[in-house]
Amino acid sequence: MEGTVLSTRGLRKSYGGREVVAGLDLTLRRGECYGLLGPNGAGKTTTLRMLLGLTGPSAGEISLLGHAVPADARVARARVGVVPQMDNLDPDFTVRENLVVYGRYFGLTKAEVEAKVPRLLSLAALETRADARIQSLSGGMKRRLVLARALVNDPELIFLDEPTTGLDPQARHVMWERLRLLLREGRTILLTTHFMDEAERLCDRLGVIDHGRMLAEGTPRELIAAHIEPEVVEVYGEGVEAWHAGPAKALADRAELHGETAFCYVREAGALVEALKGEERLRFLHRRANLEDLFLKLTGREMRE
Amino acid sequence: MIEALLAGRWIGVWRRNYLVWRKLAAASIAGNIIDPLFYLLGFGLGFATMVPEVEGVKYIAFLAGGTICYTTMLAASFEALYSGFARMHVQRTWEGIMNAPVGLEDVVLGEWVWAASKSLLSGTAILLVALALGIGGSWTMALIVPLAFLIGLAFAGMGMVMTAVAKSYDFFTYWFTLVLTPQMLLCGVFFPTAGLPSWVQAVASALPLTHAIAIGRPLFLGQWPEGALVHAAVLAAWGLAGFAIAIRLFRKRLLA
Repeated sequence: MEGTVLSTRGLRKSYGGREVVAGLDLTLRRGECYGLLGPNGAGKTTTLRMLLGLTGPSAGEISLLGHAVPADARVARARVGVVPQMDNLDPDFTVRENLVVYGRYFGLTKAEVEAKVPRLLSLAALETRADARIQSLSGGMKRRLVLARALVNDPELIFLDEPTTGLDPQARHVMWERLRLLLREGRTILLTTHFMDEAERLCDRLGVIDHGRMLAEGTPRELIAAHIEPEVVEVYGEGVEAWHAGPAKALADRAELHGETAFCYVREAGALVEALKGEERLRFLHRRANLEDLFLKLTGREMRE
Repeated sequence: MIEALLAGRWIGVWRRNYLVWRKLAAASIAGNIIDPLFYLLGFGLGFATMVPEVEGVKYIAFLAGGTICYTTMLAASFEALYSGFARMHVQRTWEGIMNAPVGLEDVVLGEWVWAASKSLLSGTAILLVALALGIGGSWTMALIVPLAFLIGLAFAGMGMVMTAVAKSYDFFTYWFTLVLTPQMLLCGVFFPTAGLPSWVQAVASALPLTHAIAIGRPLFLGQWPEGALVHAAVLAAWGLAGFAIAIRLFRKRLLA
């Protein structure tokens, strides 16, 4: 189908009887940024590996850029760029050599890659570091070099597995800016993340997955509107348990106590906020509902390790 | 394997390793020369006072023929085990390569040929050392260069089976102490095997280093080796069997 760059039907993967991906249907449209959102162990990385043909699905079908995967995965990968979760740059090479050597795996000659190097380095904001050794780069620089390396074959579709995990706020913003640049060039992006701000800023559409299943899918706004009351009041302080058990139940459409905070979800927070102003020992934060609220509602609040 | 060989995608993997080697070539070549030089001078000159001749040739020439085979065996083994494990597991280099349109078989093939190339480089270095010392000096010595490559294929193929199942570098000690060192002692590097008990000779006759030396030593001494093709076939069989098993194990480990 024109406009569809990737689709899966009934994708499943089991390891020793444990189902990691349990019937996933995905469709990526050309030019969009799609985010796979899920807690650790939700099946995000396994899904990416299957999409690239690096592990065979237990069941289901995958079409990547018009090629059946895993049967023709190698051919499809020629038009895909991949930014893996863990940096795997070549520590023995300089920045430039990393790009040239990686280009060879796509059948590009040294001259062909050398011609692209200035643009790739500018995209990665590494213009002055072409001959630097990998060990001398910061975490953010390495991440951007991995991104530049993924672009060496001028891919139509880019896979990013947790692109900003482990980066400081400044480095994350640079990364996001670069990804938006790639989207403006008409490239399609599939990223996995467990950062809500990342998903909200970058993604046109999101799929929330857990235990290998799609829990909800849509634009960030649609998802929040469909699953969460529009306003949230977080209440904390001495006596919050008693307040949660009493007034909160009456004033909020939904109230949950987690640790030392009561989360009150409401369509209209006026009455609740008024009531809280009279509670001297309690403090509160009134805000709009966001993706994190949605995420926690769908995937639960228990720790994942 | 033939298809992957002809497709040539493995060449990118080979070239990557070659480029890294080239960066560190000075140190690597120095090691390739100094190590066998010490062996030849130390053992050769030391033993020569007690054993002037073995099987009708000077001991140092006898030793040199065995040392070349033994050193090329080690060169391929170190590359396939330690360096291969670093690229597969520690640095995740293979993972990066396989995100490009290169398959696991291409990667392993490139690694295999590269490890054998290291044997070739190291074998050539010792030949030059031997010539510089005035040991040997027949045209048949030139055939040791392709032989070194074949020895490399045999030991790298077998070694990659270890790499495919290793959890850490420590595991490789077993391979070196239980598999390679006994071959050094039993297969005729330092002394002729004819004096060993017959059951030891029987075991040794199946081991690849025996077959490597059966070709390498006569070539070094300017003789045409008896049954060269059979010995070469045994080396190739060890290498191919190792490669075939290793591919299966790598697939299980990396693409499950």
